[in-house]
Amino acid sequence: MKYGYYPGCSLHSTGREYDLSTRAVLGRLGLEVEELKGWNCCGATSAHSTSDFLALALPMRNLALAEAQGRDLLAPCAACYSGLRQAAAALEAGEGRALVAEEEQRRITGRPFTGRVRARHPLEVLSVPDAVAGLKRAVRRPLKGLKVAAYYGCLLVRPPRAAAFEDPEQPRSMERLLSAAGAEPVEWSYRTDCCGAGLAFSRPALVGELCSRLRVEARRAGAEALSTACPLCQTNLESRGAEGRLPVFYFTELLGLALDLGGRGSWFRRHLVSPRPLLSRLGLG
Amino acid sequence: MAVNPSAAAVTFPRAVERDSGQPVARCYQCQKCSAGCPLSFAADLKIHQVVRLVQLGLKDEALSARAIWLCTGCKTCQARCPNEIDGARVTDALRVMALRERRPAEKAVKDFHFSFLLMVELLGRAYEVGLILLQKLLTRNLTQDLGLGLRMMARGKLRLLPSRAPGAREVARIFQRARELQ
Ligand code: SF4
Ligand code: SF4
Repeated sequence: MKYGYYPGCSLHSTGREYDLSTRAVLGRLGLEVEELKGWNCCGATSAHSTSDFLALALPMRNLALAEAQGRDLLAPCAACYSGLRQAAAALEAGEGRALVAEEEQRRITGRPFTGRVRARHPLEVLSVPDAVAGLKRAVRRPLKGLKVAAYYGCLLVRPPRAAAFEDPEQPRSMERLLSAAGAEPVEWSYRTDCCGAGLAFSRPALVGELCSRLRVEARRAGAEALSTACPLCQTNLESRGAEGRLPVFYFTELLGLALDLGGRGSWFRRHLVSPRPLLSRLGLG
Repeated sequence: MAVNPSAAAVTFPRAVERDSGQPVARCYQCQKCSAGCPLSFAADLKIHQVVRLVQLGLKDEALSARAIWLCTGCKTCQARCPNEIDGARVTDALRVMALRERRPAEKAVKDFHFSFLLMVELLGRAYEVGLILLQKLLTRNLTQDLGLGLRMMARGKLRLLPSRAPGAREVARIFQRARELQ
């Protein structure tokens, strides 16, 4: 089955390395994707912060496009993923506000969204047992000695009914993948705490406090790097707050490294905190 | 002391319950939401207090709380509330009301949302450079994040020029409809 790929705005800009590494890993593991034609911004925090209608209608236009193109959507950005899932869940529950938003977007675009396709996150698709087994077989350079803290953030696990594909308080999918890649995920307690997300530009100091705490706690647990699944989390953790700076990977970059995929120089080159010293110390450079 | 309930004491909780879709009346102030809320340490009010203000019909206090602008929408409160109250939907509803009454308690946060959405309305997709410049003009803080922006640009993380997404016209009509329905 081929997926529609929904990069969202960040993967075309600040999270470019997430885009590149995700496509490369999916391709190597035999998951076919094609970018959703004509996609729009999901509205992110700013939509639900100011207009319920936009928060539903913007994701629904994308879901309707996916339905017209006959494909489930893969959305690597946790914020986009959550927006798509929450809109679909509200419609499925028959909430009036969602019915209105769907009707309006249908009237404007001529394309209905009836709930026939779903949005999924690469973390879910890649962490099912078959995919993990496939990954294990394909690993060429096990990430030996890499102590890494898996960080899920908010929107992959919450709201649980709409978004979570595993236990929302104790997710394990990322740890499963990192272990399969040969890394050593550490145990820590802040895996689903918030990084401050969309407040980064308007309240940077506040976001800095949240990110500093996350990094300090990851280090306290023995981690030398963080693994993320969201471009907002990754950027905030790399750039906000002063304490405990450490390399922050996208989980797909780490999988790509273990798979020995080409082109990864162009992923790591984009990082604000270079992962190269750590990788060469571990002989993974 | 005799208390005269104001009109807002009756209408406000109902309006918030309607706009947010949340059964605010069910809250029994267990504070599980605030115990997990990442912004509890920073905001003027904790989320269980915001919910309480709504129950009591204290409209002015609720709408002028900075807490409703600092809520990140992380949904921790929603996931943990024993009464299935989604605090994020409550703050969403209160923020929209505060905007309607033109009194956002956190102007920088409001300006960010405004700038972000303007880019999406014009282009169909977000455009970070335009968003950052516009927000700088609005907040008159030209130096904040300048270094970070330049470092990101040097690493190819920011597109200098905007481009209009295919489908931008449909997106603009969705925005127009959002205004009409408000
Ligand atoms: S968790 Fe729910 S019931 Fe408890 S204080 Fe918060 S909103 Fe009220
Ligand atoms: S959604 Fe908002 S109020 Fe609820 S826990 Fe997160 S930041 Fe706090």
